[in-house]
Amino acid sequence: MNSFDHHFLPVGSVGKLSAGWWGVLALIVTEGALFGYLLFVYFYLAAQTDEHWPPEGLPSLIVPTINTVILLVSSAFVWASERCIRLRQIRWSIGIMTLAIIFGICFVMIQLMEWGNKIYGLTSNLYGSLYFTITGFHLCHVIVGIVVLMLLLIWLSLGYFDDKRHAAVTIGGVYWHFVDAVWLFVFTTLYLSPYL
Amino acid sequence: MAISNMTHNPGDERLERVPDFGRAPSGSDEEMRLANIWRSEPGWRGWLSTVDHKTIGLRYLVTAFVFLLIGGIEALIIRAQLALPDQTLLAPEQYNQLFTMHGITMIFLYALPILSGFSNYLWPLLLGSRDMAFPRLNALSYWIFLFAGIFMYMSFPLGLAPNAGWFNYVPISGPIYNTGPNIDVFALGMVLLGISTTAGSVNFVVTLFRMRAPGMTINKVPILVWGTLAASVANLVTIPAVSLAFFLLWMDRQLGTQFFDVANGGKPLLWQHLFWIFGHPWVYAIVLPAMGIVSDALPTFCRRPLVGYAAVALATMATMLIGFVVWMHHMFATGLPTVSLSLFGAASMAISIPSAVAVFAWIATIWVGRPVFKTPFLFFAGFVILFVIGGLSGVMVAAISLNWQLNETYFVVAHLHYVLLGINVFPVIGGIYYWFPKFTGRMMNEKLGKWNFWVMFIGFNMGFFPMHIAGLLGMPRRIYTYSSRMGWDSVNLITSIGSFILAIGILIFLINVIISLKRGEKANSNPWDAATLEWSMSSPPPPYNFAVIPAVASRHPLWEDRLEEGIRRSNLAEGYLLMKGHETLGTSPIDAKPLVIFKMPGDSYTPFFVGLFVSLLFLGLLLHWWSFTGLMAVASCITLIIWMWPQKTLKQRTESGTTYPFQGDSK
Repeated sequence: MNSFDHHFLPVGSVGKLSAGWWGVLALIVTEGALFGYLLFVYFYLAAQTDEHWPPEGLPSLIVPTINTVILLVSSAFVWASERCIRLRQIRWSIGIMTLAIIFGICFVMIQLMEWGNKIYGLTSNLYGSLYFTITGFHLCHVIVGIVVLMLLLIWLSLGYFDDKRHAAVTIGGVYWHFVDAVWLFVFTTLYLSPYL
Repeated sequence: MAISNMTHNPGDERLERVPDFGRAPSGSDEEMRLANIWRSEPGWRGWLSTVDHKTIGLRYLVTAFVFLLIGGIEALIIRAQLALPDQTLLAPEQYNQLFTMHGITMIFLYALPILSGFSNYLWPLLLGSRDMAFPRLNALSYWIFLFAGIFMYMSFPLGLAPNAGWFNYVPISGPIYNTGPNIDVFALGMVLLGISTTAGSVNFVVTLFRMRAPGMTINKVPILVWGTLAASVANLVTIPAVSLAFFLLWMDRQLGTQFFDVANGGKPLLWQHLFWIFGHPWVYAIVLPAMGIVSDALPTFCRRPLVGYAAVALATMATMLIGFVVWMHHMFATGLPTVSLSLFGAASMAISIPSAVAVFAWIATIWVGRPVFKTPFLFFAGFVILFVIGGLSGVMVAAISLNWQLNETYFVVAHLHYVLLGINVFPVIGGIYYWFPKFTGRMMNEKLGKWNFWVMFIGFNMGFFPMHIAGLLGMPRRIYTYSSRMGWDSVNLITSIGSFILAIGILIFLINVIISLKRGEKANSNPWDAATLEWSMSSPPPPYNFAVIPAVASRHPLWEDRLEEGIRRSNLAEGYLLMKGHETLGTSPIDAKPLVIFKMPGDSYTPFFVGLFVSLLFLGLLLHWWSFTGLMAVASCITLIIWMWPQKTLKQRTESGTTYPFQGDSK
């Protein structure tokens, strides 16, 4: 019978064959939808508002753009770190993962600074409610992502992963890429779309 | 997928191996070993830590049924109040809370969870697997469901239950008009419940695509699986909309944001959009799996396979897809542009086409089959009739002009009850009659079952059909009483009598369950002589489900010999043994080729504690105990980290000493 080919089958949690990989993809779908709805809320309300939008005039792009680059670089580091595991360069992998985390933390710090510079708060007007809720949701995701990366770093340092078994890095890594990709949409919506 | 990558180094058995192939008949050494591996610990430890999908499925069923009873009692009190004009049994505020909690309970705490119960119990058995893809996530999803249910009922005894209807429109649910904790309980409870539903949906989707028996290609899975898949995909895409809506509302109420605040540029219609973007697909999520129950179980009693399997499977998915673009038909009377009304009206009518495909498939199955009039058959056939009535009134309210006439009247109430009770409750009760022997090893009483059906069917139609007329006579929904001069006296009295008859039907069902649990006739492995895999094992099933992972060659593995379709035969007695720990087979998504041996996690306390801490976190938010909330967030994180810690038994970590075993073997 064809269905019973007597192949060697990998055992356990192997990269993209693992259930966890599929699970995180499903999680990304639902989280992606969440951000989709957040941006829908923004555009729905922005399209109907009579207020000055955004209240402080067109947003300054310099700091947010630098921050965007920082986040993307961090994503590239996570990708490189996983690559190094596959090439059996665990020490390199650990070093690069550390850099990724540092860049992630930089993003959070700069974003908090950006928050501090705003002349309005969460409750001062409709734009403020939207701005802080949307960036706040994203910031929470970044922080969760950083915790995940830190766990991966600890596990890497404990020697848990090698080129045969490192599904956790693949899974955690794609979540981080997702968080970064979503930022591009948030950035475009909040910072670029007012220029249109 | 990665089959080509499986260059084998006959080295480490722990990382890759050719699975043993053979038989493990009941009572053999192999079978005993399996039973030992998969057994849950007895006592409270096993009770708290079990991840067995069968136990979780039964818990879902029982819990959801308890919510059905609670929601039912609320409905009876409402009907007692409305039986006669100018009654004073309930004060207006009490009435508001009762009809709101009735809706919340039935829609959110009963209708989907009961179907999750069936699917959790049945999926691995239908698919030929030993477990769901994420057993611990499955346990978590149950615990959070339970806690969310308790959460939403927390303020009920204080007389502060949610009171703005189950779709909770602003501004009546906003901070100005609703100052108590009523709405906050609902808002946070819904976000919490959303976590449970999402976790469950992820589990179903991944299980379908990865955990099928070899040979069970995607065109051989039972319709129940298609239905639950459609529901789960819809949930993944739309639950965030409602969770976000409730979270924003909570922020408006408690933190002072202005999303729905008209005075500051917020828009009440935003709430309606977000709610119904979720709400309408949800309606399909709570009927498609139930329609799947009928599509799978009805053929057993017609002694032939379902007519038009492919058409029904496609119709299921089509219903879901069109279901994403009909939400505005709940908003026809809100002054939206005519273009939107036309498009959404057209889509709402179009959705009756796939529904009709399914209906004709069931009718054809009965028509060309040889029906056996057992209790489950009665429920399924009754369901078809109710579905047609509910569907027709649905097409009526999809017509915009008629919709404006009937909007917010009892006609809508009649329609939604025909749809939800007809397409959910009847298949569910029929499904319990059908799978009760598999769940418990005993048959349900047939005589009581017939009484059960007829009393329920008559009570249901007597209770809900007159509501159409009440609606046409102009009776608005959600009024706590009415004057006898309105001419609604007799329809309301008949409705109330019918509702109590329906309740007696449910009572007969409960009595039947209790009696049958104790004294029901013992059931063999396949008491209905059915065709699908769950009937190939003992009743109730052993903890490991399948002693050997079977190979499946058709949609009707147990009927192959008599149907004589094709030459290939399923092989249930002989297959992969997989008994080095909790193991099952992972297959490819479409054609179900063996790809990987999954190491499944054993029992664990972490799901319970994650569920508990997350629920307490929401309690902290509700009561503004901010530091407690923070503490619970940290506790949830720590528990999650323990859960996620890579384990050697699951082969998530490298084997010690084999860090670099195969030098020069890189890809």
